[in-house]
Amino acid sequence: MSQIRLQHIQKRFGDNPILADIDLTIERGEFCVFIGPSGCGKSTLLRLIAGLDDASGGDIHIDGVRVNDLPPARRDVAMVFQSYALYPHMTVFDNLAFGLRHLKLGEAEIGRRVRVAAESLHLTPLLDRKPGALSGGQRQRVAIGRAIVRQPKVFLFDEPLSNLDASLRVKTRVEIARLHRELGNVSMIYVTHDQTEAMTLADKIVLLKPLAGQEGVPSIAQVGHPLELYHHPRSRFVASFIGSPGMNFFDTEVLAASGDGVQCRAGGQVLDAAVNGGGCAVGSTLTLGVRPEHVLCGEGPHLGRVTHLEHLGEHSYAYLDCALSPAPLVVKVMQSALAIGDTLRFALPAAQLHAFAADGEALPRLAALPAATRAVGAAA
Amino acid sequence: MSSETLAPPLCLPPRTVSSLQRSRQRMAWLLVAPSLLVLLAIAGLPLLRTFWMSLSDAQLADLSSRQFVGLANYIGDSGVLNDPEWWGAVRNTLWFALMSVGMETVLGLGIALMLNHPSRLKTLLRAAVLVPWAIPTVVSAKMWSWMLHDQFGVINAMLLALGLIGEPLAWTADPDLAFVTIVLVDVWKTTPFMALLILAALQMVPSDCYEAARVDGVPTWSVFLNLTLPLITPAVLVAMIFRTLDALRVFDLIYVMTSNSRTTKSMSVYVREQMIDFQLVGYGSAAATLLFLLIALITLCYMALARRRMEGH
Repeated sequence: MSQIRLQHIQKRFGDNPILADIDLTIERGEFCVFIGPSGCGKSTLLRLIAGLDDASGGDIHIDGVRVNDLPPARRDVAMVFQSYALYPHMTVFDNLAFGLRHLKLGEAEIGRRVRVAAESLHLTPLLDRKPGALSGGQRQRVAIGRAIVRQPKVFLFDEPLSNLDASLRVKTRVEIARLHRELGNVSMIYVTHDQTEAMTLADKIVLLKPLAGQEGVPSIAQVGHPLELYHHPRSRFVASFIGSPGMNFFDTEVLAASGDGVQCRAGGQVLDAAVNGGGCAVGSTLTLGVRPEHVLCGEGPHLGRVTHLEHLGEHSYAYLDCALSPAPLVVKVMQSALAIGDTLRFALPAAQLHAFAADGEALPRLAALPAATRAVGAAA
Repeated sequence: MSSETLAPPLCLPPRTVSSLQRSRQRMAWLLVAPSLLVLLAIAGLPLLRTFWMSLSDAQLADLSSRQFVGLANYIGDSGVLNDPEWWGAVRNTLWFALMSVGMETVLGLGIALMLNHPSRLKTLLRAAVLVPWAIPTVVSAKMWSWMLHDQFGVINAMLLALGLIGEPLAWTADPDLAFVTIVLVDVWKTTPFMALLILAALQMVPSDCYEAARVDGVPTWSVFLNLTLPLITPAVLVAMIFRTLDALRVFDLIYVMTSNSRTTKSMSVYVREQMIDFQLVGYGSAAATLLFLLIALITLCYMALARRRMEGH
C-alpha cells in the first residue's frame, strides 16, 4: 500500500539506451501494467523497481523514500518471476517459508502465514511436495504464494503467465485480479506482452516502446486507463499496438480541415473523420486508422472483395481488397455465410476514424470517452 | 525407454508397440556392442589374465614356466595379506585419498565460488587455473622435486629468507614430511580439476533463484548454505568419486618424488615393486587384484551412500 514515483529514470547497457526519461507515478492500491513489444525494456524497468538492477539515472521513490541505494530486501517489494524461480530442493512449505525465516518472525507466525497463503491459493495438499512434482499452474501458484506471505507493500509480476497454457492463463489471470481485490490497498506492477492480460487486469497501462538506439526519445508511449489507450491512442504506435487484430491504416489526402473535423480522399473516395484537424494543411497527407470491429459491414459507400477469411466462431475477420488502401482492410463480420471472392459493402463512420499526422502523432478525436473510464484516465 | 513414454497410436493394436520396442532394444544393443567389445578386449581380458597370473608363481624372467599355486599368493604364510608392508601401503593409500580429496574439494569449492563471480579477470583466471592440471604428472612431480630439493630448492631458499625455518628441510626424504609433501603436491595439481567441475555445477544453479532470495532478503551465508550447497552437492559427490578413484590408484607422483620411501608407498607402488623390482609377477598380480577389489568395494559403497543421500533429500 504505497505510492511509487519514478523520475527521469534511465537505463543503458554500455552505449545502448534501454529506457529513457521515464516519469511515472503508481498510486497506492493501483494495478499497473507495463506492456510493450519485446526489447522495450519493460522487464528491465520492473527489475529497477525491485532493485535487482541499478538505474543509470533518475530517482525511484517508494512511499516518499528514495530507494535507489537500498537493496531489494529493504524496499519491501515481492516479485513473481517469469520462470517462477522456485527453490528446486525445498518443499512447497519451505519455498514459502524460506524468505520469512530471516525476518525473526517465529515459527508459529511463519506457519500461520504459510497456511493462510496456501489455503487461499489451494496449495494446502501440496505443501510437502517439491517443485519437480508440481504442474506448471501449481508452480505458478507457489511463486505467487511466496510473494503473498511476505506481506509486501508492492507486488511485482514479471510475465507470470507466459509459461502457462491458454486455459490456465485465463484462470490464473482471474485469480490474480481476485488477489488484488482481496489484498485491498496493495500496489501491483505487472509486466506482460499480452494485451488481453493488460486490458483485463490494469487500472493503468504503461505502454513502452523500444528505443532502438535512438537518443532523446522517452520510452513511455502512453500512460492511461486501458480504454483510454484503446479509444484515444496518442500515436500511431499506440494505435497499432493496442487492439487485436491491429488497426487498419491508410494514407489520404486532406481536402478540408478544421477544428470540427477533417475531410480526406483516398482511392478516389471521400471520407470524413471526427478529429480536430485544426493544424492540418489542405493537400497534405494524413494517415487514417480504423479498427476492424468499427467498420460497418453490409451497407455503405465502399466496396471490397473478400480475399481471405478467418472464422473465430462467434464472428469472423474478412480481408478486403478495396480502393482505399493498397494493403487489405481487415474487418470484423458477424455473418459466416461469406465466401472468398464475395463483394462486401461497408462504411467507415466518421466518429470511429483515427487520424495521424506524418510524425505519427494522433489528432485529438472529437468523440468523448465513456464517463467512468474518463475519470480514471484523467486521474492517471 | 519405458513403455509409458511410447503412447500407442489410436489405430494400432498394442502388440505393434511392443514389437516396435523390441526392435528399439535390438538397435540399442547393436549400437553399444562395439564399445562393449573394445571394453572387454582392453579392460576385461587384462583383468582376467592378471587374476589368472595371481594364482601362479610366475616370475618376470620367464612367464611360461609358472606353476599353479592356488590362493597361496593371497593367504599363504608369505602371501600379500600377511605382509605388513602391504598393509602399510593400504593405510598410506587410504590416508592419501582421504586427505587429498578432502583438501581438493574444499579448496576447489573456494576457487569455484570466486570464479563464479562475474568479472573481467574471470576468463583469464579460468584458463590459468587449469595449468597445473594440464601439466603431465611426471613433469610436475619432477618440477616440485627440484623446487623442494633440500639443498638447492627454491622453496627452502624462500622459507629461509623469510626466516620461517632455521635450516633447510628435506621435504621428500624426511619420513615425517614426505607424506604431507606428496599430499600437498597432489592438491596443487588436482584442485583445478575440482574447481572446474564445481564451477560447472555452480553455473547450473538457476540465477533467478538467487534473485528471488535477494528480493526476499535472505542473507548471503544462508543463500550459500541453503541454496548453493544443496543444489551443487550431487555434482560435487560425482567429482569426489572420480577423484577418490584416481587417488586410490596414485602412482606416478609418489614414484617420481619419493620412490624408495616406506612412509609414502602406495598400493600401486607396492605392486610395481613386487612385479618389476622383485620380478614376482604372480605375487604382484595378487596385490594388483586386491587393489582392484578394494577400489571396486569403495566405489560401490560411495555410490550406494551417494544414492541414498540424494533419494533422502
